[in-house]
Formats: sequence, structure tokens, C-alpha cells
Amino acid sequence: MHPSLQIAAKDLRQRARDRSAFLLAIVVPFVLAAVFSLLFGPAATPRAFDYAVVDLDGTAASRAFTVDVLGALQAQGVAEVSEVDEPEARAGVRDGDLDAAFVLPPGFAADVASPRPAELRVIGSADSPTATVVARSVARSYVEGLDAARVAVAAVRAARPALTPAEIERVAQETVHDVSPVVVEDVSATARVLDAKTYFAAAMAVFFLLFTVQFGVSSLIDERGEGTLARLLAAPIRRWEILAGKLLTSVVLGIVSLTVLLVASAAMLGARWGDPLGVGLLVVSGVLAGTGITSVIASLARTSEQAGTWQAVVAVTLGLLGGAFFPVRQAGAVIANLSLVTPHAWFLGGLGDLAGGGGAAGALPSVAVLLGIAAVTTGVALLRIGRTVAP
Amino acid sequence: MNVETSSTHAAEVAPPTAVGDVLRCTDLRRSFGAVQAVDAVSFRIHAGETYGLLGPNGAGKTTVISMVSGVLEADSGSVLVDGVEMHPGALTAKAAIGYVPQDVALYPDLTGRENLLFFASLYRIGRRRARSRVAEVLDIVGLTERASDRVETYSGGMKRRLNIAVGLIHRPRLLVLDEPTVGVDPQSRNAILGSVERLSTEGMGVLYTTHYMEEAERLCDRVAIMDLGRLIAEGRPRQLTARLGDSEHIRLTLEGDSTRAVAALRDLPRVTGATATDDAIDVLVPDAESALPQVIQVAAAQGTVRSVSVDEPDLETVFLRLTGKRLRD
Repeated sequence: MHPSLQIAAKDLRQRARDRSAFLLAIVVPFVLAAVFSLLFGPAATPRAFDYAVVDLDGTAASRAFTVDVLGALQAQGVAEVSEVDEPEARAGVRDGDLDAAFVLPPGFAADVASPRPAELRVIGSADSPTATVVARSVARSYVEGLDAARVAVAAVRAARPALTPAEIERVAQETVHDVSPVVVEDVSATARVLDAKTYFAAAMAVFFLLFTVQFGVSSLIDERGEGTLARLLAAPIRRWEILAGKLLTSVVLGIVSLTVLLVASAAMLGARWGDPLGVGLLVVSGVLAGTGITSVIASLARTSEQAGTWQAVVAVTLGLLGGAFFPVRQAGAVIANLSLVTPHAWFLGGLGDLAGGGGAAGALPSVAVLLGIAAVTTGVALLRIGRTVAP
Repeated sequence: MNVETSSTHAAEVAPPTAVGDVLRCTDLRRSFGAVQAVDAVSFRIHAGETYGLLGPNGAGKTTVISMVSGVLEADSGSVLVDGVEMHPGALTAKAAIGYVPQDVALYPDLTGRENLLFFASLYRIGRRRARSRVAEVLDIVGLTERASDRVETYSGGMKRRLNIAVGLIHRPRLLVLDEPTVGVDPQSRNAILGSVERLSTEGMGVLYTTHYMEEAERLCDRVAIMDLGRLIAEGRPRQLTARLGDSEHIRLTLEGDSTRAVAALRDLPRVTGATATDDAIDVLVPDAESALPQVIQVAAAQGTVRSVSVDEPDLETVFLRLTGKRLRD
């Protein structure tokens, strides 16, 4: 077997016996992802609004709003809609059981067919501002549609002055039925956002990746301190073979750690990853990038303590910038732009692209950037091999 | 301080020539910044010969060994191992050397057997042959019973023995041992010394560094005395001590002003050398019996003489004579 493989096999055997490596690579990120999902998941996950409708008019025009408009919202999962009476609706909104309620007053259809203004009331909850804004927007949208109906009725009345009021109301009701129901489009920007469980699982996995891969390449510094590196250097193997063995250890540890975390979070936390091939490419390229960064640190540090400190500083800084603790979009444009230098942002972004339902091709831009980071950082480490692999 | 160059002495004591050199170092030099750690060191070792590098801490022994083993590159000079030039990329030369570093260099979370198998694999020894060789070296160092235990559970002496076993795993032509008995108990030390004696009889060349002169006297066919990066004398132990002539070695323990006592002792006509160390004064005289009363009288004038001993000259005495220092300073 090639010396690099022998070194990697030896390192992996050591790591398999090291509980701290298992804890740091798998247990801690998984537990934190689970805890964060429990704490912040409900707030971060979009839920259907609870709306009520009070139809005091009971005409075809008012039913059109209830069935066509609110029914469309319900069908798309945006809202749960119940029909109640007005006191019940007010009490529901007041008590927080409902986010908002629509009230169609008596004479709604007649007002639509007349020059009088038609009234559609929205009772909103101060505790559910978003739901209230959406409810008002829906109501406004519907009322604007009614203006078109008024124009149609007026046109019919002018053209056929002999029509009776009942006929005119029938025309109005038929026109109201033609008002388009509300349609919520799934725009790409929304679809690329990971759901809370998936986001926290991915974020913790990529954050702890930098700690996991250090068990490989950074162990060169430990071997130097313990004297075994001198023994490796005295053996009939080349320096690059020693470094390659250590890099291989990092890559294997990183891939195993991420794979276990991704599978476990899908099975136990309900995380939803996208196309398996795309996820695999992101895992491999992310691990290579993390290994490269760790290699640079190992080439600069002289002692284990120094390497550990620098490793922690770099991992936390990149994690913060890269969105491992909060979505970088929430932090403004500056942080969002800075995040582009971190492998974390590209890894999470790639997963977001896959979550949007695209195939593996959707993750390729992120994969390419991650491989670029890996190439540059590993190249720097190789240039410093004389110092990294030295007694 | 009397300093005799290695070249002078090498001419007097030529190593045996019946067998070829397993190691030939020529004019080795290495510095670290402004410090010249090794300066113009030349020596050679034959198959089956145990060669001792004797010197105090900081003399440059470990630097020489690191260059011999290909761990460090020399600034100048050459190292030939079995006729092949050694440098950090010289895989053939490295394969001929068994390197045993001064500190225990093992993986504590692996068993003794796993450590040996790992290093055997780096020397391209096949799995089956490696298993049989592992059993052999475990037997040599007396660790067969503990082979399946993790190294972290070993005593200091057992780790030292396993440290040597790793150096032997590939049957090297030259075994390089850097102070292998530092910090070990007497029982383990005896086991280590016994192992080295056995290896040299099997035809393996041994380069052995130590600052324990009794080890050098017991093990080494030839020794080189090293100080401040230079070889200052080389030869068989008895030849080196014989160079002191009929000198005898008086050791005094003095409670008082040792510096002034040494100065006064050096003025005595029967004293050929005197040196103060932390806990004693060493005096060289041609005839201890006749010189002793005067030596004690002069020393007592500077303090209280607590103890006096008279020894036969040994390598310690040679080193004292050549450098004015004791080996364990």
C-alpha cells in the first residue's frame, strides 16, 4: 500500500479511538442543529395564516370572495380559512386564535352594482402584523377587481337602459365571478431558502467541518511535538507523501462527518436535502476547501496550541461571515458580500439551490467556487511544505 | 583546556578495515542561525561495530544523528550510508538506517504491535513478513507479552524498549540510537544495553550517543568525544584512557570556595589538572597516594572537605582532561 494510504489508515485508526473527535465531528453539531431547530424552527418556518370570514351579505358576489379568493389562498397553503359570525371573529382576533378576519357587510353585492362604495372590512391582529398586511392586501386586490366590475355594469346599464334592477344585479354578480382569484407565485428567491431544520443542520455541519478536518492535517504539528514526525522523515518516504497522507485523513474525516450528519438530520430532524448527486458534490468540494484552509493554518503554526487557537478563530470568523449562525441576508449587503469569501456561504448557497428543486447542475457554481478555494489554499500549503513537514 | 583534534587521533587509532563502512561522515557542518551546532565532524563505522558519540548535552550529538538519518540536511560535508549518499530525499540510504530518536517517538493510542506494523509498512515490508519480524523484535526487546496493549499503558522503560524495536523492524544495516537510556530504570537500562550488544554481534553497525561514560565503555568498540560541535578525540575506550598515562583521579567534595581551591590545586607540582563542578572538585595526579595529603590540605584551606575518593581514569576523566568539564554538566 502507498505510504500516504498507510499514514491515513494509521491516523484514521487513531481518530476512531478518540472520543473527542467523534464528539466534535458528529455528536456536537447534530445536537446543536437539533436544539437550534427546536428553539428557532417554529419562528423561522413559514406557517399558514389563520383567517376567518364573516359573510353577512350571503349573495353570489360575497360568496365569490369567500370561495374563489380565500379558497385559492387555502388551496395554496397560504391560509386556513373558517367561516364564523362577527362576534366570534372579533373574539378570535382579540384572543390570538385568528390572525385576521374579513367582514362582508349586508348589501355588499348591491353596493357593488350601485354607484355607492362597497365595503369589505379587515379585522387585523396587532400580534400578527404580517398576516394582517397580507389580509389587507388580499382585500384591496379584490376590491380593485370589483372596480372593473363596476365599469362593466355601468357599460351594460348605458347600453341597455331597459334592464330591471334584478337583471343589473345578475350582470354584476356574473362579472364579480370573473374577478381573478388571488394567486401566490413561488418566486425563485423564496424557493432558494432552506427550511429551518435543513438550514440549522447544514450550518452546524459546515461550521464544525473546519474542526473535524483539523484532526488530519493539523496532526502534523502534534507529530512534530511528539517526535514521530522525525521518525517519519527518517523513513524511506517523501515529504509530500507524508503531507498527502495527512490531507487524505482530513478529507475522509470530513466526508464521513458531513455524510453522517446529513443522513442523520434527514432521518431524525426532518431536514430535506435536494438532489443526492448535487449534495455529494457539495460535500466533497466543501471538505476539500475546509481541508485547504486547515492546511494553511498548519503550515503557519509552530505548536499545537497555536494551531488550535488560530483554527478556532478562523472557524468562528468564517462561520459568522458565512451564515453558519444566521442567514447572511438578514445582516445587510456588506456582510452578504463578505460572506462570498467563505466556503460556508457557498456550501449553504449550493444547498439552497438544490432545495429549490433543481438538479445537481444547480449546485455547480457553488461547487466550482469551493474547488477554487481548495486549490488556492492547498497550493499555499504545498508551497510551505518545507516548513510544514519538518522536524 | 587541552583539545586534541580528531584527525590527529584518527591517525593513531584506525578502525578495522576487514569489512566495509556502513557509515562514513566527512567534514559535516551544520549551523542554526549564529550557532555552529556541528563543525567539521568526520568519522566512520564498520559493520558489526558499535560507535559511541560521547558528549554533554548541547555538544551537537543529536544534530549529527539527525543528519546521518536524513532528517536534517547538512550545510556542507557528506554522509555515506552503505556507500549511498544520504540527504532528506535519499530513500535508499534511509532504508538502510534504523533511527531511534532521543525522545520516545511512538503513537500512544496504538498498541505496541500496531506501532511496529505501521513503521514496517513505511519500509515496504509485506504484511506477512512484517508480522513475523514484529514478533522477532518484540522478543529482542522483551515486550512480547505486552504487544497487544496500548503504548499509553506502558512504563517509561517499556516505551524506550519499544522505541528501539521500531528502529530494528526493517533489519537496518546501521542502527542509530540517540541517548536511548535517558530517564529509564536500571532494569530497563540493562535490557536496552543487552539488546544493543546482541545486535552488534549480529553484524549491525550501531551509532550510539550518550553522556553516560559507563555505557560507552561497556558497549562501544570505539568512541568519539564531542564538545561544542566538534569531535575532540576518537579511539577505543582503553586507548583514550591510556592517553592520560598513569594519571589517577581524585574527587573531593568541598563545602567552601571551590574556584579558589581549584586555582590553588593547579599550582601544586604533583597536580596535572583540576576542575570544579557543581558538587565536586576533580583532580588529576600521577600518583594519588603521594599527592593526596597535599591535595586535601590545599582544599581544606578554602573550606571543609566532606569526602575524598580515588578512581582509576575512565572516559569521564578523559573528557575532564580534554574539556575541563564533566560529561553530565
